[in-house]
Amino acid sequence: MSAEHLKRILGRIPLHVVIISMVVIWLVPTLGVFVTSFRSREAVRTSGWWTVLSKPPVPSQQEYATACASCHGADGKGVAAADLSDPEVVGEYTRTNRLLQMLRQEIDGQPHVDDPEWHDLIQDQSRTKEALEKLTAVSQHLGTLSGGGQAVDYGLTTANWVDALVGYKGTTTYQQDCATGVSESGKFKCDASDLLNPEGMARAFLNSLLVTVPATLLPILFAAFAAYAFAWLDFRGRTWMFALLVGLQIVPLQMTLVPIAKLYSRLGLESSFFGIWLFHTGFGLPYAIYLLRNFLGGLPQDLFESIYLDGANHWTAFWRLALPLSVPAIASLGIFQFLWVWNDLLVAIILLPGNPVLTYQITNLIDPRGGNWHLLTAAAFLSMAIPMLVFLVFQRYFVRGLLAGAVKG
Amino acid sequence: MAPRIMKQGTLTPWLYLLAALIIMLLFIVYPTIRTVALSLRDKTGAQSASVDCEPGEPCWGAFENYRYALTNPEMLQALRNNALWILLMVPGTVGAGLMFAVLTDRVRYERLAKTIIFLPMAISFVGAGVIWKFVYYLETGEGPQIGVLNAIITGLGGQPVAWLTNSNWIVNNVSLWIVGSWLWAGFCMTILSAALRAVPTEILEASRVDGANEWQVFWRIMFPLIMPTVTVVTTTMIINILKIFDIVFVMTNGLNGTEVIANRMFKFIVTNQGRSMAIAVLLITLTIPIMIYNVRRFRQQEEMR
Repeated sequence: MSAEHLKRILGRIPLHVVIISMVVIWLVPTLGVFVTSFRSREAVRTSGWWTVLSKPPVPSQQEYATACASCHGADGKGVAAADLSDPEVVGEYTRTNRLLQMLRQEIDGQPHVDDPEWHDLIQDQSRTKEALEKLTAVSQHLGTLSGGGQAVDYGLTTANWVDALVGYKGTTTYQQDCATGVSESGKFKCDASDLLNPEGMARAFLNSLLVTVPATLLPILFAAFAAYAFAWLDFRGRTWMFALLVGLQIVPLQMTLVPIAKLYSRLGLESSFFGIWLFHTGFGLPYAIYLLRNFLGGLPQDLFESIYLDGANHWTAFWRLALPLSVPAIASLGIFQFLWVWNDLLVAIILLPGNPVLTYQITNLIDPRGGNWHLLTAAAFLSMAIPMLVFLVFQRYFVRGLLAGAVKG
Repeated sequence: MAPRIMKQGTLTPWLYLLAALIIMLLFIVYPTIRTVALSLRDKTGAQSASVDCEPGEPCWGAFENYRYALTNPEMLQALRNNALWILLMVPGTVGAGLMFAVLTDRVRYERLAKTIIFLPMAISFVGAGVIWKFVYYLETGEGPQIGVLNAIITGLGGQPVAWLTNSNWIVNNVSLWIVGSWLWAGFCMTILSAALRAVPTEILEASRVDGANEWQVFWRIMFPLIMPTVTVVTTTMIINILKIFDIVFVMTNGLNGTEVIANRMFKFIVTNQGRSMAIAVLLITLTIPIMIYNVRRFRQQEEMR
C-alpha cells in the first residue's frame, strides 16, 4: 500500500466518525424503546435498557453458590436445622444488615462462611458497605428459594405486548392474572374477545386501519378525476383555480376542525368513521390534485392525441391511459396520505373520540410519573410497526412524492 | 396545453372536478370562513365576543378574543416560542440535513445511513414523543436513572437534569427542538440531497482543477446553485413549525415555558371556542405570507414549462 493511499484512507476517518456517530445518535432512542418493550416492569424500573445484554445487575445465584451452597445446598435444604427454602426462616433476614450480623457470628465455634474471600469480607468492618451490596444478591436469591421474595426477572418477555394489545393496566401481567384466575374485576374474559377491549391497542389498531385505508383511497380517486381535468381539459378559471389549490395546501388543520365538528354533531356524524374519512379526504385533496396533475401534465401529448384519434372519449382516455400511467405517482401519493392519516392525532381526538386510534390510545397510556414504560414502549412500537414497514418497502415512492413538492397541512 | 383534437362539451371538465370541488369547499373553504366568524363570538358561539369584556379592563369589543390572543402572557409565551423554534430550530435542522446530505455522498454505505436518518419521518409525533420522553426521563425516587441521558450524566459523576421540567425554560425548549430536528433532519436531507445531485459535476471538477478546496467548492459553487431548494425546504419547515402541536402536547403539554400556538388553540377548543378560533385565525394569518410565496413560485415554474 503506497503512502499516498494510506494518507487518503486516514484522511477519511473523521468523515466516517461523523457519519457513524450521527447514525448511532439517530438509532439509540428508538432502540431503547424497542428493547424496553421486551422487559418486565420491574426490570425496566430497576435497570437501564442498555444493561440487557450484560449480566443481570445482581447475579444473585452465583453469589449464593459461593457463599452458602457448600453447606446449605443449591436448593437451600442442605442443613435441616436451617432450611433456607422455608419462608419463615428467610423472612427474618430480608434486611441485609441483619443477614450480615448473623453471618458474622460463629456457628459451633466455626466461621459461618467457608469461602475464604467471603469470610474476610464479612469480618472486615471497614468493608461493610461492599459486604452489604454482595449480600443483597444473596438475600434476593433466598427470596427466590423460599418463594416469598420479589426476584426480578431480567429475561426478555412478550408480556408487555400482550398487555398493550388487550389494554391490561393491572399490577402483574394479563397472562399471569388469567392463569391465576384473578382477572381484573371481571374486565377480561381471558379469551380472544379481550382483543376487542376498547382500552386495548388491538382495538385501536383496528380503528386506525378502518380510518386509514378509506381515507387513503378516497382522496386518490377524487384527485385523479380532478387532476385529469386540470391537465388535459380546457375550462374557464383553470389557471387561477389551480393556483388557489397551491395556496390551500398549507391551510392549517386547526382552521377547519371546530366548524366541522359542530356540523357533524348536527348531522349525527360524531365519532363516525364516515365523518373522519371525508375530513381527511378534504384535507388531502389539494396536495393530491397538485401532485397528480403535475405528473399527468408531464406525460407526452402525443399519447393522448393518438388515443383520441383512435376514437376514444375522455372517459376511456382517463381509465385506459391516464390512470395506468400514473401508477408511480399514485403510489407516492398513497404512501404519503397513508402515513399522514395513520400518524395523525389531532383530527382523531376531535372527530373520533369514541373509537380511539393508536396515537390517541398511546396518549391515554402516558403516565406522568413514568411508572409504565414497559407498557408504553410496547404500545408505541405497535403503532410504529406498520408505518415503518410501509416506509422501508416503498421508500423510493415516498422520496419521489417528497420531491414533487410536499407541503401539506 | 390541452390537445384541441378532442372535442369537449363545456360541461365535461366540471363533471371530473365536481366531487373534488364540493369536498374541498365543504371541508376547507366553508370551515375556514366559519372559523373567522366564530372567532368574533363568545365561549359557545352564542353571543358576540364583546360580552366577555370586564368593566374597567381594556376591551376590544367584538375583537375581544384577539385581545386575548395578542396580549395574554401565555399567548405571548407561545408566540415567543414559535418564533424561537423558527429562528433557532429550523436553521439547525436544515443545516444538519444539508451537512448529512453532503457527507453521506462521499461514503459507500450512503443508502443505509440515509435510510436511518430518514426513518423518523415514518413514525407519528406521538411515537417520537414517547421515544424521547424515555431518553429524557428523570428518576426522582430511589431507583437508578433509566433514561439514557441522565444515566450518562450520572455515570460521569454529574447530577441528573430535568430535561423537560427544568426551572430554566430554555432547557425544556432545547429538549423539544432536538426531538423536532431528529424528526425532520431526514426530510431536509432527502430534498437537499436530490438538489445536490443535480449540480453538474463538470462545474465542480472545473473549480477543483482551478485550485479551489472542498470548502470553497461547497460555499462558492454548490450552495448558491442549491439555494432555491434550501428556500423551499426552509419555508416548508416554517409551516411545519407554525403548526407544531403533537410533540409539545405529548412531551410537556406546554408546561414550564414550552407553550406553542397550536397547543393553546387545542386547550380552548372545548372550554372557550371563541378564543380557540381567534388563535386559529392568528395561525393562518402567520402562514399567509408563505402561501403567497408558494403561489408565486408555482406561477414562475409554470411559465418556465
